[in-house]
Amino acid sequence: MSVVYAILAIGGLAATFGLILGFAAQRFRVEADPVVDQIDALLPQTQCGQCSYPGCRPYAEAIAAGEADINRCPPGGQATVQALADLLDREPTPLEEEEQEKAVAIIDENLCIGCTLCIQACPVDAILGAAKQMHTVIEEECTGCELCIEPCPVDCIDMVPIQADITEWRWAEPAPSPIERPIHTIADGSRASD
Amino acid sequence: MHLHRFHGGLKLPDETAASTADPVLVMGVPSRLTVPLGQHIGEAAEPCVQVGDHVTKGQRIGQSKGYIAAHVHAPTSGEIIDIDLYPVPHPSGLNAPCVVIQADGRDEWGDTRMEPWLDWDTRDLRKLRQRVRDGGIVGLGGAAFPTAVKLNPRAGQRIHTLIVNGAECEPYISADDMLLRTAPEAVFEGIRIVAHLLQVERVLFAVEDNMPEAMRTLTETLPEELRGWLQLVSVPAIYPTGGERQLIKVLTGQEVPSGGLPADIGMVCHNPGTFRAICDVVIQGRPLVSRIVTVTGPGVRQPRNVEALIGTPFADVIAAAGGYADDVDRLVMGGPMMGFAVHDDAIPVIKATNCLLATRPQDTPPPGPLMPCIRCGECAAVCPAQLLPQQLYWQAKAKDFDAIQDYGLFDCIECGCCAHVCPSNIPLVQYYRYAKNEIWAREKERQKSDIARDRYEFRQERIEREEREKAERMARKKAAVKKKAADGEGDSDKQAAIQAALERARAKKAARAAEKQGGEPTATAPSGDADPGATKPSSADTPHDGDAR
Repeated sequence: MSVVYAILAIGGLAATFGLILGFAAQRFRVEADPVVDQIDALLPQTQCGQCSYPGCRPYAEAIAAGEADINRCPPGGQATVQALADLLDREPTPLEEEEQEKAVAIIDENLCIGCTLCIQACPVDAILGAAKQMHTVIEEECTGCELCIEPCPVDCIDMVPIQADITEWRWAEPAPSPIERPIHTIADGSRASD
Repeated sequence: MHLHRFHGGLKLPDETAASTADPVLVMGVPSRLTVPLGQHIGEAAEPCVQVGDHVTKGQRIGQSKGYIAAHVHAPTSGEIIDIDLYPVPHPSGLNAPCVVIQADGRDEWGDTRMEPWLDWDTRDLRKLRQRVRDGGIVGLGGAAFPTAVKLNPRAGQRIHTLIVNGAECEPYISADDMLLRTAPEAVFEGIRIVAHLLQVERVLFAVEDNMPEAMRTLTETLPEELRGWLQLVSVPAIYPTGGERQLIKVLTGQEVPSGGLPADIGMVCHNPGTFRAICDVVIQGRPLVSRIVTVTGPGVRQPRNVEALIGTPFADVIAAAGGYADDVDRLVMGGPMMGFAVHDDAIPVIKATNCLLATRPQDTPPPGPLMPCIRCGECAAVCPAQLLPQQLYWQAKAKDFDAIQDYGLFDCIECGCCAHVCPSNIPLVQYYRYAKNEIWAREKERQKSDIARDRYEFRQERIEREEREKAERMARKKAAVKKKAADGEGDSDKQAAIQAALERARAKKAARAAEKQGGEPTATAPSGDADPGATKPSSADTPHDGDAR
């Protein structure tokens, strides 16, 4: 008899909690997928499309859906891969392409014919100009995505690496101690010196 | 007075005897001065003179932008010969914007000199503060923080204690010691001005116990007005007592909260050199154009203190101290613990140059072999900020920048005590600087990417809206055309007009044919004008009208 009571009690509890959880799942449902927002926040927002998706947000959605790997963002570099790996609890993989140096687009104003094609290509509206007027890049807003290079019919846009000036200068990471370096590099070193 | 003790610290050998033997030498005007526009914490000033201009001593040549910033003044009279990038004292060795002045040798103050205020105590406090700002005064202890900011407490903040930081920051440096021996009156006058500005209740004047000469001079010259509420305190010379947080702890036993400022606990701390600069600008109208520099170390022949104009090349300053010793190999700006090596002695003295230290190879033997951390804990025992240096080191190495901030990275004052005692010779401070820079850079990048995201999303939205509006317009037009066709009314109007025009043309033709010669020039309007429904495609009408060609 006591077995029946036990089954009834446990069954009753299970039913009650099941109802509460079911209600909560409906009542407090989250509409957007917050993972996409979190991934998007880590991407550099260059909107360059080098990941083969048409912008940072589509790439974030693809990562969240498990369609894309996390190592396809050259402007973000290895640091972004690491941050994404931490967020998604995945293994950080090496970057697919080489890390991209930070640069801004500069229009050679002597060559510009004012065709507005680059203005239409710029994903962040960082190019100023009008038809048959000279165009210029607002350097501060340029993300260095290079999307304006290709449409230019007179090839007057160049990517110029951002110069290291004194306000941007950073202390370098100190070199690790030789003992902490991987064994094979020490072996290589000793062979070289022999 | 009962003194307290801050955590950790090091007892370092006193090396100031050599540089305090001779009095402060006031250096002459060099032929060319290179004055950097960014000599302080905060944004660099913007040049307000042009190449070719003649400037007088004390004339403003760099205008500060923003609140945490300072003006830059011409240290002597002469001609501006260049405004461009030149090497400046900075650990990066990079160039920065400078104004180069060819001195005319007259060193004259023009009529741009500020009016001397002997009656400063009757002036408006706001004007007094503005005067300090106009003088381009920054903290002369070495950090070069704009002084006017520290004299302007936030609303609701009450400053009750003014601290004079006469504890020299590092061994070897004796600039404060010599200033206190030479010009105590100016320092006291500066203290009176600041005490008046901040309405403080007491002044604590800390002097290290290895500066007895300075202490004696101060005791003798203490003015009547300050007696009673200024207290001269001799503090033990333990590095880094000159750190403002450490000195406050020693003097009052109170701790400045993490991430806060001394003003949060009602205190403000200034270097004696800063007080003299404040006195100079208020009472004499002389902006900050020179400072006392300790030139010392085994690498110079005659270590001493000099008063050099801002912009004087290091080489001239070294020459004033008897020149280099034969086997010198390193020149450091700042002290042995926190200074950085410079690779060129043509770079100029700036407002932050408290010391030039020249050493020989045997004075700075290369650190022993770098070895792994053995977790001995020596670094934690000496850390004056009570941090866990080894923990910070591991986190910096692992690039775990969130954890490292939780462990108080930004409370680190980079004093170098931890690296000094490390038995594994790990360059700990370099790791902390690297981590701090990396965190700032990432924060900046994050802000930039946020702006880019906003702009991208705005653009997407705009393109969508434009397309939507276009579609709507098209739909409206289509509907209108359909409606017209259905009504048939607009059409019949048009038809009637065309009909009328045709009638007129026909009539004219007939008349012409009938008369054959008397062609009277009647300019009948073309059909388009009579048509109220066809205003839009009027451009399409023009070729038919033919009146354009």
